[in-house]
Amino acid sequence: MADALHVELVAADRTVWSGEAAMVIARTVDGDLGVLKGHAPLLSLLTQAVVEITSDEGHTVVAVVDGGFISVANDRVSVLSEHALLSNEIDVDAARTELEQANDGRFDSADEAERAIRRAEAHIRAVERAS
Amino acid sequence: MAVSLREYRARIRSVESTKKITRAMELIAASRIIKAQQRAQAAAPYARELTRAVSAVATFSNVDHPLTKEEDNPTRAAVLVVTSDRGLAGAYSSSVLKEAERLAERLRAEGKAVDWYITGRKGVAYFKFRNRDVVNSWTGFSDQPDYEVAAEIGKTLIDSFLLSPGEPGDVDEVHVVYTRFKSMLVQEPTAVRLLPLEVVEGEEAPGDAELLPLYEFEPSAEAVLDGLLPQYVQSRIFFAFLQAAASELAARQKAMKSATDNAEELIKKFTRIANQARQAGITQEISEIVGGVNALADANSASD
Repeated sequence: MADALHVELVAADRTVWSGEAAMVIARTVDGDLGVLKGHAPLLSLLTQAVVEITSDEGHTVVAVVDGGFISVANDRVSVLSEHALLSNEIDVDAARTELEQANDGRFDSADEAERAIRRAEAHIRAVERAS
Repeated sequence: MAVSLREYRARIRSVESTKKITRAMELIAASRIIKAQQRAQAAAPYARELTRAVSAVATFSNVDHPLTKEEDNPTRAAVLVVTSDRGLAGAYSSSVLKEAERLAERLRAEGKAVDWYITGRKGVAYFKFRNRDVVNSWTGFSDQPDYEVAAEIGKTLIDSFLLSPGEPGDVDEVHVVYTRFKSMLVQEPTAVRLLPLEVVEGEEAPGDAELLPLYEFEPSAEAVLDGLLPQYVQSRIFFAFLQAAASELAARQKAMKSATDNAEELIKKFTRIANQARQAGITQEISEIVGGVNALADANSASD
């Protein structure tokens, strides 16, 4: 389709989602980023957060990524992350338990705990956003 | 005919059960190859996009990153050898190890000491038997590698590459030896240099029509490169693992196919010998009976 973005959401071992979309919202290390058709070529790093893809017909696909990066060029958007999950693949209960555990300080280092908290929160947010 | 008929029958039975096992392994390997190939295909988009991105950054910024920097005087190289966890795959593991030895020979000739990193039980056993030092080894995933292991191994290798010279464990180069899956029939042990990274654009120079767009980098080209390169290295390692897994299964299928064929041959041979032994027994019995009857007839005619 000429008037849409072509989006590929790719994890290390599979393509999570691919198709035409009107808009992509992702969170980079500098802050939220929205991509519409005609966006300038861009390469940016992502944080552990939610990626929202609004398709042509107005559906919203919500996914969570674990870092990685986004590249935009010629109306092609690629979101690459080592781990990416669609909202319907997320186990919310597991994420909640993980969040509790991380808050209880079960991790050895503060860094690790913070990563775990961010990941769990991103998972929960993705599910809430999708529902 | 020293061995009796009964013993031949027992041998035939044992070869038959061996044949059943090798046939089963052949079929299992054949069905897993398809899965392994699918996994390799599923991982391809990630590798492709990553390569694109890395070459984009490399083209538009001055690549000066620790991971791409050639050390002036390399003295130590790490070699990651990808072998299998299980045997019964023909010469699969030994040909990878042979390739690794060849590479080590070359590195030593260039005056570099070799640090071994091994994946797969077969490789670990090989080094242990020869009492050679291994810096680190990982086992238990050779036929179904997942990305986590590749990421962990990549991180270990990158960390030791980034150590400053003189620190214990510092290496100046990282090589990977794995088996490339060319087709179901051909798998090729390959050695590649992983670090320092060679800038990728040289591999496939884009034609004029598909010049890379002028990217903006956020927050900066350096930061993006910092994030990209480790992932690129890990994805290369993951790719090597997937190829090795497919190769291992193909090698196993081939080895098991010839084992099944050999078993069939052996059964045929034993059946022939067993039939011969049975026939010889019958002939002997008949000649004994005939001899007995003749003797009886002679004795009767003599007494008449």
